[in-house]
This record gives sequence, structure tokens and C-alpha cells, in this order.
Amino acid sequence: MSHPTTSRSLLSGNEAIARGAWEAGVTVAAGYPGTPSTEILEAVSSFKGDIYCEWSPNEKVALEVAAGSSLAGARAIVTMKHVGLNVAADPLMTLSYLGTVGGLVICVADDPGMHSSQNEQDTRHYARFAKVPILEPSDSQEAKDFLLLALELSETHRTPIILRLTTRVSHSSSPVTQGERRPPDKPRGFEKKPERWVPIPLYARGMRVRVEERLRELAEEAERSPANRIEWGDRSLGIIAEGIAYQYVRELAPGASVLKIGWVWPFPDALIRRFAAGVERLLVVEELDPILEEHVRSLGIPCEGRGLVPGIGELSPDRLAPALGKSPGAKPADPVAQGAADDLPARPPVLCPSCPHRGIFYALGKFDVVVTGDIGCYSLGVFPPLKRIDTILCMGAGISMAHGMQKAGEPRKVVGMVGDSTFFHSGITGLLDIAYNKGTSTIIVVDNRITAMTGHQEHPGTGRTLGGEETISATIEDFGRACGLKNIATVDPYDLQPTIELLRTALESGEPWLIVSRSPCPLYTKKSVGPTMRVNQELCTRCKACLRLGCPAIEWAEETVRVNEILCRGCALCAKVCKESAFEPATGERREP
Amino acid sequence: MNPDGKVTSIVIAGVGGQGILLAAQIAARAALIAGHDVKTNEVHGMAQRGGSVVAQIRFGVKVFSPLVPEGTARVLASLERIEALRFRGFLAPDGLAVVSTQAIIPVTVSSGQATYPADAEDRLRRAFPRLVYIDVVGAAERLCDTRVANMVLLGAMSAALPLDAGCWAEAIAQCVKPKLLEINMRAFAEGTRLSPAR
Repeated sequence: MSHPTTSRSLLSGNEAIARGAWEAGVTVAAGYPGTPSTEILEAVSSFKGDIYCEWSPNEKVALEVAAGSSLAGARAIVTMKHVGLNVAADPLMTLSYLGTVGGLVICVADDPGMHSSQNEQDTRHYARFAKVPILEPSDSQEAKDFLLLALELSETHRTPIILRLTTRVSHSSSPVTQGERRPPDKPRGFEKKPERWVPIPLYARGMRVRVEERLRELAEEAERSPANRIEWGDRSLGIIAEGIAYQYVRELAPGASVLKIGWVWPFPDALIRRFAAGVERLLVVEELDPILEEHVRSLGIPCEGRGLVPGIGELSPDRLAPALGKSPGAKPADPVAQGAADDLPARPPVLCPSCPHRGIFYALGKFDVVVTGDIGCYSLGVFPPLKRIDTILCMGAGISMAHGMQKAGEPRKVVGMVGDSTFFHSGITGLLDIAYNKGTSTIIVVDNRITAMTGHQEHPGTGRTLGGEETISATIEDFGRACGLKNIATVDPYDLQPTIELLRTALESGEPWLIVSRSPCPLYTKKSVGPTMRVNQELCTRCKACLRLGCPAIEWAEETVRVNEILCRGCALCAKVCKESAFEPATGERREP
Repeated sequence: MNPDGKVTSIVIAGVGGQGILLAAQIAARAALIAGHDVKTNEVHGMAQRGGSVVAQIRFGVKVFSPLVPEGTARVLASLERIEALRFRGFLAPDGLAVVSTQAIIPVTVSSGQATYPADAEDRLRRAFPRLVYIDVVGAAERLCDTRVANMVLLGAMSAALPLDAGCWAEAIAQCVKPKLLEINMRAFAEGTRLSPAR
């Protein structure tokens, strides 16, 4: 496969990192999908002749794979979203002690504003916690440049490095100058040396001391790094900014003096002092937690920051403007336009038309149960009219929390729900717990044969690798049997009545059940489930039973139910819940409900 | 707001799944081909599942923020009529709104939690002094492929942007599969024909 070199092209931050990995001679890349990080590894897979890349079952495995590769001398990257680093935190904390041979960079994408996440955690804390450096780019060019820099630093200082991204860097595109690939030049082969690679207490104590020495060296290097720079301008206001916030500062205050921080931790203290001494007033602008601001204060330097800059949610030029004495760019009120945008109906994300999850949610609606959900498309089952997800914590918790609720004596039956990719990610251990400790929860794995929410990535159950090769297809039911579960059943969620009956059997049994609700995601297969449906208005009594499916293709307008034929993908669940048989295929032929 | 004051901002709105990201990619590439600095911003993940979606493109001599400040967009294009109203704050007072007549009823309406404005067109005419209100789905249907409605919209908005036809054509060729190039080019051309903004 040929890739254009030394040209300028428009790349997202995520694509730029993939390009950087190729140019830097990375040969191993691993990760688990998670918005906004997913496209990094997808883009890496276009270089599969040069880079081995894989979707690992979870982020912990991915980081461990990369650690092994680094110890064997290869340059490696790992990709994940912010909450993925919680899963990978265990290897991270001790990999910091072991250090690296081949450069190893952990690309972690934070999601300020929670566009597609359950929390807003700030990954910079992990750098300090694990005592590893962290860099943060502010556009696609820097995303590529910083990855190359981070790999160099990782090899020079024998440390894993975190590259922190945020949604607006990962998913913004900007021009990137592309270079050639530097082929790997390190010899491969793990060098046995127990005092360096085996952190039993005897050796780990020595490693601990070296970690501190390394941090002192890194702090010195941060002072000289091209990732940090002062842009002198008007000295009456100096702004220290990092990541995407730098771009907003430049947009709003083109004349101000700016200390741009790209190497975020360890901090370049001398550079901060020099900058602070050169300006009259100092403002720190950073997204999420006031980590930089608190450090500047700890140096005895007065500054402003969180008092003026919002710390909850994502920054934007409009949200930052007041801190810089500007008014947000709102236009003057226009009396003619008054009320034009009042009371618009909310349009939250919804399960797609013909989503197989809709069938299982609708069936669950027939029972008085508590449903502990998980991370995936099916979290959208929380919204009315389905309202069948009662709590969500993190990946895998859909199963384990159900067990805990049941053991706590929750008077209703408890149902745990996870997706297929999530099951392989961290659901198996929870299922084992239920079997081992005699739980009685009903666990439903909603298996749509792909990691759907993040844009359709392969996983151990799909039969294909990230590179598109055929491989094993791990079977959820087999895991249940291996755990020793007796009651295991598979159902097609479009078969509404059998699904309801199966749930009834499971919930009334007093025993643990594993139910696999299996049907492929139609958005992925790009195939309609059946013929497009329409409403026979002569038969429709406007009872609105079909509207309780929450299908975006079934519309209620002008006191009429109708099917939006552009959206409908023909699952015909509507025909199955309609007592009047008012739904029929738009092709004219009637379909048996 | 940049030193040269010459950043052009575009906002494309609609409902997740309508092809907003492709339209945004093409607009951004057209600007890059024309020699501009460019930044875009997109929404992926959960926000794509049938929810309100917005993509932003900014180009000029030098672009810092990928996010469009309120009240500065030269063009606000929307593939769904009330989504144009939702994001109207982005549009500059003299900016052009290019809006599809298509209505997609949100589940919040069908489940009785909210109502879809019956006076959407009247609201659009009040909100946008410069409005191109066109049936891009109908135009795409006439080309026998409703999936290219986004390209009709893109063609209609292109008339209001300082990028020449060659840049658009090259950008489309870069972004769509060769076998779909012709239908996309025809849809784009149909959009330019439908827009009186030229």
C-alpha cells in the first residue's frame, strides 16, 4: 500500500496520530474503541502492512500488549478514551516502574462536556499519579508532532508517556504536513534482566528511586522542550494555556502574551516563572480541573483561573470570552425573529429504526424488574418511552451490579444487561461471580454482532480482526457454560412473543439465567430487516400502542400515526404490537404479525 | 475575530445519520484545495444516533478555533427544518440559511413529551431574513437516490461561499467512492441550480 509523503492534507487529530505512528516507525498498536479515541486505531489499520494493530478485548489488555512489545524493543502505541485508562490503570502504575525499551505512548482521549461519555474525568491526574509525563496537542499537526516527540522521550527516558487528547482535538480536522516513515532501527529481542523487569519488592524499591530520578530529568527537559513556548505580545495580560484552550485564547485575544503548554507534566517551572515575571496580570486557561493553576499558585505566583474560566463542561470561544473581557458573539436581538426558536422539541439520540435492542426493551417493559445497564447503544433505552434502563455505572457493571442488588435483597427481580463487546471487555468475570456465588439474576447480553456505538468495530465475537482477517468467533453462550450456568438461552429480539415468554420463564425460575438476545445491527449490515412498513389509516384507531416502541420511523403528527419510509428498515415490531393489524408492508403485500 | 478578520465559518446541522459529516468533509476539502487554512469540527459516537447533530467548518488565512463563535457563520445549512432553528444562534446577522423542507419528527414528539412546531416555515422566515428553503429530498428522489440529499444541500449552500466550482468538484471526488461520484456530482449541481443565492 502506498501512502503519500511530504504532502499537506486535512486530517482529524485522531488520523494525525495514526499518521505519526506510521512515520515514527511504530510497529505495534492496540486499543479498545471509545469515543472520541476510536478513529486512531481505525486509521492505523490502513497501515497494516507496516504496523501490527489490534482491537484488544479491553484497555488493560491493550496496554499490556504494548508493554510487552516495548520490552521486546518495538515502538508501540495504545489508544483508549479517558474511562478506558481506569481499566488500564493497573498496568500503567507499575509499567512506570519497569519503564520502556521501544517508545510507548498511551493515547487517551478525554471528553469534556460528556458528548459521548458517562463522566468528565481529567486524564492529567493520571500522569502525576503514575509519575509519567503527559503531552497535550492543540490541533492535528501537533497531534502528529507530539506523538513523534513522545516516542523519542519515551526511549530516551525509558518511560511510558501519555498523550492527552480531547474531543475537539480528536474530532477536529486541520492541515497536517506529512513526512516519510522512519523504519524501526532498534534490535528486537527482550534482554533478560530481573532487577529491571521483575518488580518483586527487592527490585521494585530500586525502581521506585529511579522513577524519581527520571522525573527530575524530565522536569529539566520540559524547560527546553519545543512543546512549550512563550509568544510575547501585550504584556498587560499573560495567559498560560494548554490543549485546545490555547486555540480559543488565540482566537479571542490575538494580542495577548501567551505561554503555550504542550508538555503538561512535569511542569516547566522556570519557564512559568519567567513568563509570569514578564506580564502584569496572569490568567491560566485549562479545560476541566485546575491542575496547572494550582501548580502556578504553589510556586507562589498569583494568578487567576477557575474563578473566571468555567471548570465544568467543555470550553469554547463563547464560554471563555467573559474571562478575557469580551462579550460572547451573540447577535443583537431581532424583534421579527422573536420566539422563532422557542419550545423546540428536544432531539436526544435514540435507538435507530429496526434496532434489535428495541425488541428486548419492549419485552422487558412487561415485567416489574430493575434493570442494571451498561455502556453501549442500549444505554439509550433509558429514554422514554422505553425507560427500561434503571442504572449504569461502567463497563461490566451491568452484570455485577445486578448480582449485588439481588444479594442485597432487592424485592423485585433484577436483570443485568450488557452488550456483546462489553461482555468480552469486562462482563465475563461478573457472570462467573453470579455462577460461583449462587446468584439468581437474569443476565441479558444484547448481541448485535459488533461494537456499535463507537461506529462498528470488530471484537472477539465477530469472527474478524481489526485488519479484516477471519479469526475465531468467541461465543457468549459457551462462556456461560464454562462458568457452570445451567440456564442459557438465545432469542431473536424481533420475535417479540417468544422473547416475552423466555423472560417470564427466566424471571420466575429463581435461578440464574444467561439470555443472549442476538440479531445484527442493521446500521452495520446496511440491510433492511424486512420490507418498509406503512400505516393503513382505515384500520388505525390511534391507540398509540406502536408509539411506545420509541421508533424514530413511527411519527405522530396531525393526530395521525405514519411511518417515515426513508427511516424505516422493516423490522415490523410495529406490526407485532398493533392490535388492529394496521401496519402493512409498503410494497402492498400484507405481512403476518 | 482573527487578526485579518477573514475567517469564513459554516455550520451544517441536521439529524444524526443524514450525511452531515460527509457534507462537512467536502466543504473543508474544497476550502483546503482553494489554498486556505481550515479547521473542522464534528460530532461522533452517541450524538450520531438520531440526535441533533452539528458540524462546523472554518477557513481563512489562519484559523485558530475549530468552534464557530455565536453569530459569525456566513452560512447555516440544515438537512431538517427545525434543526436550523435550534442552531440559528451561529448565523451572522447577514448570513444565509439554507434549509431543507424535510421534517423528521423526534421521538420526544411521537411519545407525547413535546410538540413539533406546526408553523415551522413561518418561524424560519422570521428567523432568517436570508433564507433558501428547498426540498432537497425531493430533488434527490428525482435523481433516484434519497441518500444524496446532503449533496443537494451542499450545492445550494456553495453558491454563498467564496470557493469556485473546480474546488468543489475536486473535493467531492476526494470524498466519495468512484462509483458514486457521478450521482453525487449531479446532486451537487442540482443544488446549485435550486439556490437563488448565486
